[in-house]
Amino acid sequence: MQGFLLSLQSEFYKTRKTLALWSAILFPLILCLLISFGFYYNAAKLINFPAEQQWFRFSGAFLGVMGSLLTPMLVIFQTFSINNIEHRAEMWKSLFSLPISKLSIYSAKYLYAVLLNALCLGLFATFIFASGHIMNFFVPEFKFNQYDISGLLFKMHLKLFLASIGILSIQFIFSLLWEDFLKPMGIGFLLTVFGIITANLGWKYAYTIPYAHPMLALQNIMGQIMKREDQQRMFDLMGKEIYVSLTVSVIAFVAGYFIINKRNIK
Amino acid sequence: MQEELIIETRNLSYIFGNQKVLDEISLKVSPGSIYGFLGPNGAGKTTTIKILLNLLHSTENNVFLFGEELNKNRIKILSKIGSLIEQPAIYAHLSGRENLVNRARLLQISIKRTEEILKLVDLHESAEKKAGKYSLGMKQRLGIGLALLADPSLLILDEPTNGLDPNGIIEVRHLLQTLVKDHGKTVFISSHLLSEVEKMITHVGIINRGKLLFQGTMEELHDVSKSQILITTDDLNKSSKLLLQNGYQPEIISDSIRVPFTTLDDVSFVAALLINNEHKVYSIGHSRQNLEDLFLSVTQS
Repeated sequence: MQGFLLSLQSEFYKTRKTLALWSAILFPLILCLLISFGFYYNAAKLINFPAEQQWFRFSGAFLGVMGSLLTPMLVIFQTFSINNIEHRAEMWKSLFSLPISKLSIYSAKYLYAVLLNALCLGLFATFIFASGHIMNFFVPEFKFNQYDISGLLFKMHLKLFLASIGILSIQFIFSLLWEDFLKPMGIGFLLTVFGIITANLGWKYAYTIPYAHPMLALQNIMGQIMKREDQQRMFDLMGKEIYVSLTVSVIAFVAGYFIINKRNIK
Repeated sequence: MQEELIIETRNLSYIFGNQKVLDEISLKVSPGSIYGFLGPNGAGKTTTIKILLNLLHSTENNVFLFGEELNKNRIKILSKIGSLIEQPAIYAHLSGRENLVNRARLLQISIKRTEEILKLVDLHESAEKKAGKYSLGMKQRLGIGLALLADPSLLILDEPTNGLDPNGIIEVRHLLQTLVKDHGKTVFISSHLLSEVEKMITHVGIINRGKLLFQGTMEELHDVSKSQILITTDDLNKSSKLLLQNGYQPEIISDSIRVPFTTLDDVSFVAALLINNEHKVYSIGHSRQNLEDLFLSVTQS
């Protein structure tokens, strides 16, 4: 356990000056700033909508693109960055010749990738929420402060996070196996496009494809909210796609450890 | 009572695909020695070192370090080893100091120790510079510093002098000699160039094509070194033929003929033979085969 915690701490220390960590912080921040500016300059078109609609339009601008492309691509980039630090420094052989169990090193790295993804999606929710209120401060005609979306917003991002765990685990293996950017990125991108197509076509087995899970999760959220007759903005956190995502992550985690443990370091 | 060996492999073989990379290697490394593990590129040096560090796995449980079997005592054994394999593994985006601090935290070593190491490997003045901007020699020294951080009893260094200039090689030599002499360490160092390590090593193992061809002290290596008569004449082929006809075993190497030396009288007999047969003898002398030649003849035979 100590080896695991020390390895986790080391992951943070190693990445604290790299894009692996900063992309998780800067990406939501920059995207939030850009979309907020767009809304700020188009305030006149939006101020007549009710508070809830204003929030849905604002957060929808993020969630639409996040569910389809952004979340998978961010996960692909982050998992690549975390493992590439070791590939680039030719560090695997050095790490595995330290008196620390391979499981500790591997699982700390995996958990760090999961934490970065959680941080990124958590910051997206936080920045969207904060941006709405900041815009309200500058344009008092906005009604962002008249509706509390925080619970719904964070729950949506939590569902997106759970839906992206399967992709993360698969991409983690890809970036362990291949040190060049093109293979994990190229395969990940192709699978993401495939996932989006299957989810959009409503293929009944799309839930078996991890790369379709973020999209399916959002469709699931919207479907549940729309169907409700009591106008309550509620949805179930868990769903078929989340269970599959979590199952894939467990299988991929074990498979990754098996690969690391059995693979001789060339 | 027999002294406990720091490294011992018992008929270690390793097969990669269809190729036998190591063929019954039995290493014996005593404490307090600087063991030079020599062989040409592709001889099996790095494979052996990776097995010693459990990066490659010997399935037969025939690798022993500090008297204990490696597969069963991996973490315990690795905690006593510092290693540098091929190119030094360092994070280019971190400074030299940060590389050491990261490793120190990982191994639960006091951060103060990083200062000692920076001084020991003479990097304290460049400690804040990004390691990616270090020269090859500095990277190599940082790699050795990382290996030394946990104050290990055994240092395993794979080609640590690779790419170093003569000054760098001398620095590494002094550092390793100090570590053995003053700090009681054992060093296992590989190289494909005997000349780079012969002045620092106390023991030597020569490997080629996966087989251990020689193992012993440097004195023992000198003892097997052959003495030769070196002759230069106007026509090496003609002279060589004459010597062969008279029962000698000449060998033309570059611009001279070499004949195995037995006694000093041999030198005068050979000189007389050549001169009496009207060969122009430009030079003749007795020479002990240098270690580099010996190394070549051992690995090429």
